[in-house]
Amino acid sequence: MIDYVIANENVILAALSQHIMLALVPIVLGALIALPIGFLAVRYGWLYHPLLNVSGLLYSIPSLALFLIIPGIIGTKILSPINIIVALTVYTVALLVRVVADGLRSVDGIVTQAASAMGYRRIRRFFEVELPIALPVMLAGLRVATVANISLVSVGALIGVGGLGALFTRGLQLRYLDPIIVGIVLSVLLAVLCDLVIVLVQRRLTPWTRVKGRS
Amino acid sequence: MITFDGVSKVFPDGTVAVDDLHLELPTGKITVFVGPSGCGKTTSLRMINRMVEPTSGEILIDGVPVTTQDEALLRRGIGYVIQHAGLFPHRTIVENIGTVQRLTGVGRKAARATAIDLLRRVGLSESLADKYPVQLSGGQQQRVGVARALAADPPVMLMDEPFSAVDPIVREGLQAEFLRLQAELGKTIAFVTHDIDEAIKLGDMVAVFREGGHLAQFGSPQELLEKPANDFVADFVGRDRGFRSLSFDSADELVIDSVASVSTGGEILVLDDAGRPVGWAGPGLGDTSAPIPHGGTFTRGDSLRLVTDLAISSPVGIAVQVDVDGAAVGVIRHTSLVRQLDERRRRRAEPTA
Amino acid sequence: MIVRLATDTPYLLDPENWTDSAVTSIPELIGTHLLYTALALVIAAAIAIPVGLFIGHTGRLAFVAINAGNVGRSLPTLGLISFLVVLIGGGLFPALIALVILAIPPILTSTYAGLRAVDPAAVDAARGMGMRELQTVFTVEVPMALPLMMSGLRNAALQVVATATVAAYVGLGGLGRLLVDGLALNQYDRVVAGAVLVAALAILIDLLAELLQRVVVSPGVSGRAVTRRARVAHPSPLTEVSSGTAA
Repeated sequence: MIDYVIANENVILAALSQHIMLALVPIVLGALIALPIGFLAVRYGWLYHPLLNVSGLLYSIPSLALFLIIPGIIGTKILSPINIIVALTVYTVALLVRVVADGLRSVDGIVTQAASAMGYRRIRRFFEVELPIALPVMLAGLRVATVANISLVSVGALIGVGGLGALFTRGLQLRYLDPIIVGIVLSVLLAVLCDLVIVLVQRRLTPWTRVKGRS
Repeated sequence: MITFDGVSKVFPDGTVAVDDLHLELPTGKITVFVGPSGCGKTTSLRMINRMVEPTSGEILIDGVPVTTQDEALLRRGIGYVIQHAGLFPHRTIVENIGTVQRLTGVGRKAARATAIDLLRRVGLSESLADKYPVQLSGGQQQRVGVARALAADPPVMLMDEPFSAVDPIVREGLQAEFLRLQAELGKTIAFVTHDIDEAIKLGDMVAVFREGGHLAQFGSPQELLEKPANDFVADFVGRDRGFRSLSFDSADELVIDSVASVSTGGEILVLDDAGRPVGWAGPGLGDTSAPIPHGGTFTRGDSLRLVTDLAISSPVGIAVQVDVDGAAVGVIRHTSLVRQLDERRRRRAEPTA
Repeated sequence: MIVRLATDTPYLLDPENWTDSAVTSIPELIGTHLLYTALALVIAAAIAIPVGLFIGHTGRLAFVAINAGNVGRSLPTLGLISFLVVLIGGGLFPALIALVILAIPPILTSTYAGLRAVDPAAVDAARGMGMRELQTVFTVEVPMALPLMMSGLRNAALQVVATATVAAYVGLGGLGRLLVDGLALNQYDRVVAGAVLVAALAILIDLLAELLQRVVVSPGVSGRAVTRRARVAHPSPLTEVSSGTAA
């Protein structure tokens, strides 16, 4: 195992960095897209159920199928990394729209009314009251999306762009466990690490969720 | 009769929930366990049907230790009502009420018939039979909870804060309904509440618990109000216990003055054609054609508390007594009332003095 | 490399590919795909549901149920399949094991979460009325946990459909064949046919699962009974999304 890692250090690092890029760019894009959509789903209640249904359907499409349908829709080359990024962005948006909407809906109406009564205008109220209160739910959703994305990237290896997934296909071809184990370990570690980072960010951003309530 | 014989409960973390409890709950009566939170009243209740097992001591129902019976069978024979009712959301109202009957092997149809009968008994419409709990209000759910506990016609009922999750007006209705049902059924009931007013209103006997699982006093509501065993009970019963204890004494022994006597003070009690009081008139009170309302009357059998309240709140300091037809038969001034209450106190104090 | 659509009838619409005579007829591929999915799901449910019920009811070993979801989600499916194939060898077996392993976490986690979300007052009432433990579990806790349990099964089904597609790479039958073979042969219309069919199958299974959920979940729990009272709050949105599907 160690020998394999030492001998293929460059290949592994390249796969890892591609993996990180393919997994995390969609997270950022997805979050940026989902936030306004989720907000609209709450602001205009009639949008909520249709949007959720569409999200649910998109999320149920298997990744390999989505990776291969997307070039047909947006006209990219079938082996382009953009397909992976777009597909994972679609999943992220599909998952986060629901989370954002549910997070915002979970904000107690009494709190928003109190904020308005004290003179908050809508935009400022959103950023200073509703968003912070909904943040724990949203970040929990972000954790799910991040971990899922990281494990999904490797499927891309079947169409030639899969980060650590390349180690799996190579291991298969050579009937050799070392690259497969290295790939799995790195992928899981990356997921755990990103998860941890979001947890730490959440602790920092929402200190009130950590204090023990008196009841 | 339910007997607590030296019962203690110490939880694994070392908390003493109940400490050497000796208590006898009389058959066919309501015994209320009352006290602040964490006093062990709910734990004591839950030891009766073995939801909690005592660390030491024994609980007996009619002389039989509860531990000698199979847990599930014991519980099927004891009605159990809890806060928020604990109805099964996935079952309809009749299915909920029929739970214990179905457990004991009663057929679906028979259970349904009993359930519908009980629905009426607890004051609910038959039209709720096939609804689900979410479709009912909190008060209705609580009534279903009582009906469910009654379904197997158990001689013993355990009620754990059954009315504390509903609003005060609904609660009063439930309490009145509960007392009416109990007058009919005569169950042996253990009832837990943290509300001393509810305890005094519902209890034939009241057990006051204090922190650490100690029994502070066990007695009738009147005993609690008039002779609190210690400062804790006096404090828990509340500041106006003297006034509240008047509700246990009839006003029939009071010396009442004639209606005619009111004119000595310049006030005029305006009566209608049938002799029923309409209101007060006189200097500073208004014209006889537009008297100010009298604010209420009392009649035979009413409590001293009501008469005292009427006399104090009356615009002229006078409470009016009426007969069964509502015609005024006498009056009592608050000055006279206070004198008579004082005499009553002295009379009561004499034997012990 | 640019892959052009075939000039004549697209693969998906060519009747030739739908007849039994074709080497890999589409109906047969769908059938195989469904068979693997059902098989993996049944095995996974037979393992995960009892374990989830035990953990949820007793509260013991809760960390297993909580972490199963995280582990399952972070495990790269292709990595797991490759690992098992190289370890065990070819054939159906390693791929099937992978499908089962990936279907267990969503079922386990949601069964556990479903039982944990049951109103403790209802369980207390059930015991207080004299239900035995197993009666409490199956007549009170499970019916109340069913919405979450069903969504776990649904997620597991989608996970398996998706993973079975990927497993075509190691020789498993089913619709994944069209994708993998199409890619190998540079037949983009075959790839598209596979992708569309897999997506359609997943969506269909999702809808069927939703339908099934409506049938088996009591209206008093699902909230469909609510007409005049406020709708009951849905269980935490997180428990529902927590078991990612796509693989």
